[in-house]
Amino acid sequence: MFKRIASLAILAVFSASSALAAGGGGHKLKHEHWHFDGVFGTYDKAAAQRGFQVYQEVCSSCHGLKYVAFYNLADEGAPFYDPAFPNPNENPVAKALAKQFTITDGPDDSGDMFDRPGLTSDKLPSPFANDMAAKASNGGALPPDLSLITRARHDGSNYVYSLLTGYLDTPHGMELAAGMSYNPMFAGGDQIAMAPPLYEGSVEYTDGTEASVEQMSKDVTEFLTWAADPKMEERKRMGWMVMIYLFLLSLLLYGSYRAVWRDVEH
Amino acid sequence: MSGHSRYDPKTGIEKWLDARLPIIRLGVDTLIFPSPRNLNYWWTFGAILAVMLVVQLVTGIILAMHYVPHPDHAFDAIQHINRDVNYGWLLQPMHAVGASMMFLAAYIHMFRGIYYGSAKNPREMIWIVGMVIYLLMMAAGFMGYVLPWGQMSIWGAIVITNLFSAIPPEAAGTSVTQWLWGGFAVDGPTLNRFFSLHYLLPFLIVAMVILHVWALHIPSNNNPTGISIKTKADTLDFHPYYTVKDAFAIVVFLMIFSWFLFFMPDSMGHPDNFIPANPLSTPAYIVPEWYYLPFYAMLRAVPDKLLGVLTMFGAIAILFVLPWLDTSKVRSMRYRPLAKLFFFIFVLACLGLGWCGAKLPSDLVFATGVDEAGNAVGFTFVWLSRILTLYYFAFFFPILPILGWVEKPKPRPASIEASVLAHVKGDD
Repeated sequence: MFKRIASLAILAVFSASSALAAGGGGHKLKHEHWHFDGVFGTYDKAAAQRGFQVYQEVCSSCHGLKYVAFYNLADEGAPFYDPAFPNPNENPVAKALAKQFTITDGPDDSGDMFDRPGLTSDKLPSPFANDMAAKASNGGALPPDLSLITRARHDGSNYVYSLLTGYLDTPHGMELAAGMSYNPMFAGGDQIAMAPPLYEGSVEYTDGTEASVEQMSKDVTEFLTWAADPKMEERKRMGWMVMIYLFLLSLLLYGSYRAVWRDVEH
Repeated sequence: MSGHSRYDPKTGIEKWLDARLPIIRLGVDTLIFPSPRNLNYWWTFGAILAVMLVVQLVTGIILAMHYVPHPDHAFDAIQHINRDVNYGWLLQPMHAVGASMMFLAAYIHMFRGIYYGSAKNPREMIWIVGMVIYLLMMAAGFMGYVLPWGQMSIWGAIVITNLFSAIPPEAAGTSVTQWLWGGFAVDGPTLNRFFSLHYLLPFLIVAMVILHVWALHIPSNNNPTGISIKTKADTLDFHPYYTVKDAFAIVVFLMIFSWFLFFMPDSMGHPDNFIPANPLSTPAYIVPEWYYLPFYAMLRAVPDKLLGVLTMFGAIAILFVLPWLDTSKVRSMRYRPLAKLFFFIFVLACLGLGWCGAKLPSDLVFATGVDEAGNAVGFTFVWLSRILTLYYFAFFFPILPILGWVEKPKPRPASIEASVLAHVKGDD
């Protein structure tokens, strides 16, 4: 009888919650299939490389990626990893990229700051000197740093993809605030200060992939998911080794348990 | 330790050491002591908790080598650990997920204690020391969640420390809050002292665990029948019988832990904590870690702030007197049909309160209709929290004391041995 009561109660709880989820307001995120999904998922390196191109040519004019260093892009599991260069600092892509930037360093021996070409150990430079400068250039809105964006939102990868592809014509009768765009996917409400960033052909992919808004959104999401969780592949790989090891150990211990308790009635 | 010592030093050096510092004797007598022969897998969570405590200590000490308790650097330090420190990507989530796993094991351990009457005479002190450990765990867990200095860290700290401002100012409520903060808001000094205390509390927990195990060695383990050990036939030596059973259970638990750690490390946390702390921007929802949600629901169930805080702390305080509230002569609820029913409802009430804690009080559990403006109206979570909070307290008082007097327990086996043998023959 207790089991019946318990299962009825659990059933009631679950049906109530699913009814709530179904009836809840807000716009449903689009659910893409991602290469990194699931316990065996890895990053699609080609997509992440294209995504980096989108980030660099479009997003990086307003959004920083301050936790990512140039050499990180060539780490194992990263978009530009090349097995020929186990030391990512020697990876030609990372080196060439870093050199494109001018970094202010110092002070030198005479106390002056000086400019030098970027090194692979430098973090990707942020587009603005500080948050106030970023706000001043963006109509008072702060473009967030994207290093962790896919982990800083519920269902983050789908969120970023949905947001980038979620711009719609303003509904009839709706008054947008100055400088705002209509995007029902935005977590902060229907109006977002970021104008639609991607248009058909915003970038020209070197691998011949057609640069549709969906394709660019998908690629940049792949890249940003890597940026937020760069050790995912290593973690999952170790996870399987650990699971297999623990499983074998548990068999061994269960056998030991049976052996030790063999002559005991219990 | 109870009973005579089982250690017999054989070599000269062992005898020499035993006469001066009988530490080997202590170890042997701690591991080889008579335990009931019928302990089931619910009894393995003590050992699981001991392992998890060590996991937390080891990962925590290493994390502290790389962490910086400063509002300008704490968030960056966590990213530095996850991105740059060797195996930091493993240690930091291990510590965070490990805390959740430790609470999961502690809750199962506590429910087991209530169900089988392990808190009752003669084990009151084991239970009370256990509750002190639980309180220390709550404090350590709360302060640990503040350290990454994300949005949930700072706003969780603001909500929880503000609970003390429920104390009227005349009774120094404001002073207490400012004293906790080290200033007039949750800020650098708060973070720095929380780090210090977060490092201190685990060692207090270790001390309490030693007392917990010491107190356990006086009457030995309770068991699923709740019947006291009467003869040697009722017992088995803890080692090797229970060390091997615990080891198996620990590894199974570690597999569950690993699954979360390696394949879904963010599932127990909140995405907002990946946003750096900003005292000027309040998150839409402030929710604590899952293991505090039932108490958070109780806090919000009461319209008055001071009474809400008292209710929340009362929910923990009442656990301390559980051994005297349960008046039944029979320990195990296996033989108490009514108590068993109320216990399972109690477990559901705790889970339900956790569910309420994760929702807004004004959210609807189910809709009964719509109002004039077209918004759904119905049964809200605040009312569900109120009902469940009432049941939570009613379970301890008056249900448990009354049950002890009115309930007619089922017949119990004559001894642990008899129950085991009946079970083996299949009459149980």
